[in-house]
Amino acid sequence: MPFFQEVAHHFLPETILSVGLLALLLVGAWRGEKSYAIVSELTVLVLGIALLAILLSTRSEQLVFDGAFMDDAFSRFVKALTLIASMVTVILSFDFMQRAQLDKFEYPILILLATLGMLLLISADNLIALYLGLELMSLALYVVAAFARDDARASEAGLKYFVLGALSSGMMLYGASLLYGFSGTISFEGIAAAVTGSAPLGVVFGLVFVLAGLAFKMSAAPFHMWTPDVYEGAPTPVTAFFASAAKMAAVAITARILLTAFPNIGGQWKQILVFLAVASTLLGAFAAIGQQSIKRLMAYSSIGHMGFVLIGLSAGNEDSVRGVAIYLAMYSAMTLGAFAAIIAMRVNGKQVENISDLAGLSRSNGPMAFFLSMLMFSLAGVPPLGGFWAKWYVLLPAVEAGLYPLAIIGVLASAVAAFYYLRIVKTMYFDDPAPVFDKAPLAPRAVLAVSTIFLLFFWVYPAPLMTAATAAAKSLF
Amino acid sequence: MFGFGILSGLTFLPLVGAAFILTQRGDDPATLRNIRWAALFTTIAVFVLSLVAWQRFDTTSAAFQLVEERGWFGSGLVYKLGVDGFSMPFVLLTTFLTPFAILASFESIQKRVGEYMIAFLVLETLMIGVFCALDLVLFYLFFEGGLIPMFLIIGIWGGKRRVYASFKFFLYTLAGSLLMLIAILAMYRQAGTTDIEVLLKTQFDPHMQTWLWLAFFASFAVKMPMWPVHTWLPDAHVEAPTAGSVILAAILLKMGGYGFIRFSLPMFPDASAYFAPLVFALSVIAIVYTSLVALVQEDIKKLIAYSSVAHMGFVTMGLFTMTPQGIEGALYLMISHGLVSGALFLCVGVIYDRMHTREISAYGGLVNRMPLYAVVFMVFTLANVGLPGTSGFVGEFLTLLGAFKANSWVALFATTGVVLSAAYALYLYRRVVFGALTKESLANIADLNPREIAIFVPLLALTIYYGVQPGPVLDAFAASANNLLTSHTALLNVVKLAAAGQ
Repeated sequence: MPFFQEVAHHFLPETILSVGLLALLLVGAWRGEKSYAIVSELTVLVLGIALLAILLSTRSEQLVFDGAFMDDAFSRFVKALTLIASMVTVILSFDFMQRAQLDKFEYPILILLATLGMLLLISADNLIALYLGLELMSLALYVVAAFARDDARASEAGLKYFVLGALSSGMMLYGASLLYGFSGTISFEGIAAAVTGSAPLGVVFGLVFVLAGLAFKMSAAPFHMWTPDVYEGAPTPVTAFFASAAKMAAVAITARILLTAFPNIGGQWKQILVFLAVASTLLGAFAAIGQQSIKRLMAYSSIGHMGFVLIGLSAGNEDSVRGVAIYLAMYSAMTLGAFAAIIAMRVNGKQVENISDLAGLSRSNGPMAFFLSMLMFSLAGVPPLGGFWAKWYVLLPAVEAGLYPLAIIGVLASAVAAFYYLRIVKTMYFDDPAPVFDKAPLAPRAVLAVSTIFLLFFWVYPAPLMTAATAAAKSLF
Repeated sequence: MFGFGILSGLTFLPLVGAAFILTQRGDDPATLRNIRWAALFTTIAVFVLSLVAWQRFDTTSAAFQLVEERGWFGSGLVYKLGVDGFSMPFVLLTTFLTPFAILASFESIQKRVGEYMIAFLVLETLMIGVFCALDLVLFYLFFEGGLIPMFLIIGIWGGKRRVYASFKFFLYTLAGSLLMLIAILAMYRQAGTTDIEVLLKTQFDPHMQTWLWLAFFASFAVKMPMWPVHTWLPDAHVEAPTAGSVILAAILLKMGGYGFIRFSLPMFPDASAYFAPLVFALSVIAIVYTSLVALVQEDIKKLIAYSSVAHMGFVTMGLFTMTPQGIEGALYLMISHGLVSGALFLCVGVIYDRMHTREISAYGGLVNRMPLYAVVFMVFTLANVGLPGTSGFVGEFLTLLGAFKANSWVALFATTGVVLSAAYALYLYRRVVFGALTKESLANIADLNPREIAIFVPLLALTIYYGVQPGPVLDAFAASANNLLTSHTALLNVVKLAAAGQ
């Protein structure tokens, strides 16, 4: 296929983002310090056009650039979610960054750059493309994590994320080199063809290293150590971005590499996933109980949720990819909604982030308390909210594959986790009022409301998401 | 309309009322009055609609009726509602009692009235849904969804230790139900569908049945509640507002029994037979032990809560005897207990509204000031004891009859529970109602007002009517119960034949 046709048909969103971010960089450089607002708005526009390009794209499956990237239903599904999450991040940041006096035009551009990295990562189909996408994403994320550079906590977050991230990238690269050395190819399909039956030790080692690197990015226990500190230190919209878009990209590439490069040695990686899943769900459930800061709590909650994603993935069949796709959709809605609420927690112009600051919210701000409590019930997995369906569709493949102990550990952990989600509901509904929050800007309120309404009423008309997720799952096999 | 049937209408009608209440803003008396009456009218409309459904229901048939089915999540998950002889009476019980719960809250709830009524209407939707659902996932959705409004009702409008009680209630039930979720997934895996009608015809491998049965048991035993996982109930009851206790005792507890009869017994017949001794043992312990515990309670609501646990022991015992008497008796007892325990909690609510205490020692000699109340309370107390002529008698008698057929030792111990229940109930009645009115604080206590009389008269009439005329309710159960027993025996015989053939 000719180059331009390839770009126009199967690489359009990435192209739009690249061109857009270069142009916006020029706008920013040209207009100087005061261009934050216009660059932010245009960033949302660029992301929106890219999203449109995905939604209107041809529905075919195609390798582009000599097999570096794969444009299929699965990548389109996750890319669409990622773009939505990025858009929401920029929208949520708009007011927040101005108040925090962080309204520099580089910020939306860095988000755009990270999003580009995620899109590349999601559709990567060989080891080089994988590393390229991962690093493009991570480098931009290191910077935004420390974007509040005068804030000690933010600097700490950025540094911690960078040091541990660099370590994990190194491990991944080492694993990739082992894989290349033992299979003689970097393409996922090539590896799949080369690695059959009993895998050479080098391939297994390479697989373990690559998985460790990816587990770090999705913050699955025991590679989660950075998560609470980075979540707490980074500016809240950035945390929302880490928790939603970055994790989705990492999960997507994990699913892709395992199922397209190592389908023949499922036994080797399934046990790793089972271990990661058990460790993450349990850690997410128990470590969050003592947290006072809602951002740290969300960090542990996200670790637990990644455990659930891995429960689904450990079955390693088509149903598990569908489950993971649905889980990602629900998880990103819940995460973005919850962080929108955290952004709206502001007393007398100062951002607050303790759970106790939410006390009595139901009386001072009924709608917000209702939406946030529904999000908490959804995170806890109570039907009929979206979080329940997410759990249903990841537990289903696990049960189908006979992984009963894994499923049982998962649900018991989620019963424990329900305790701290309930604690937030309790704080809002049963406790005496704390100081009233300032009236929040439209953006966080709208994000909170839209995501909650989606989760509340998903079960009424589930067909569109189910169809898309099923198609996405099919394309990986 | 839109191709939905009467059961969908019944299930979702309360939400219409809730949506209306949502539009009512403000705290002025006129708005509050609107909210209260809107809630009451909605629940009454639901009750009337349920009577229409009852009219269309054919009690002679064991099949599912008024069935409606639509595509939902695809691949075996369907939106399917329908009722049979087991579920229709519970639907009616729910729609019948909810207006009383609303009416009982007219004066006792003064803060956040709108939210309270919305919570109750949402709860009603979910409760009706539980009994109508003919898809396992849909059932689970309603079954678990009910936790949210109940959690809020206990936690916001409850007593002093409401936070502890609401957490305990939520987490106990959730932990049990999540195990059921795994079992549902396993059944879905085997049958390829969650349609209950299909699952009832599916035969699960006996080994797998054991595990499925245990998982369902974990959920229903907590909900029921059975000894030793009953401890959330006294706390929840004590802390919940009156109407919350009524709904909890009268309907939410029945979901456990309904679950046993709808899922455990017909779907896992081998496992049910295998585990019947376990259920008997737990039931007998529940009956005897919680009755003894009830004897020493100082709190009226806690006493009634323990008596509920004891009565639920009769229900589980009756269900697992697998005799027509046992099953119909258990179902009858659930309906009767719904009326009687609901009424008893309302009785407690009456004096609590006046005195704001539930301590037994704070009362005494009420008969002097409240003759009407004394009569009402006595009738329900005796119905709770199971006096012949009240609805409580029929159920207890039939379950004991069934138990004697199945295992006379079980029946022997269970019968002592009847004696004990008379002991704690009458002892409570004597301390609260009889004696001289010596306490200063009680000197001006007023008898039932017209609103309260309006609540109690229908309940009283039904309790006595069903005590002397149990036919209508038993007939409703009969066809389904016989059908269950026939298929159960047939299935067990298949297994026996297969075992003999080996």
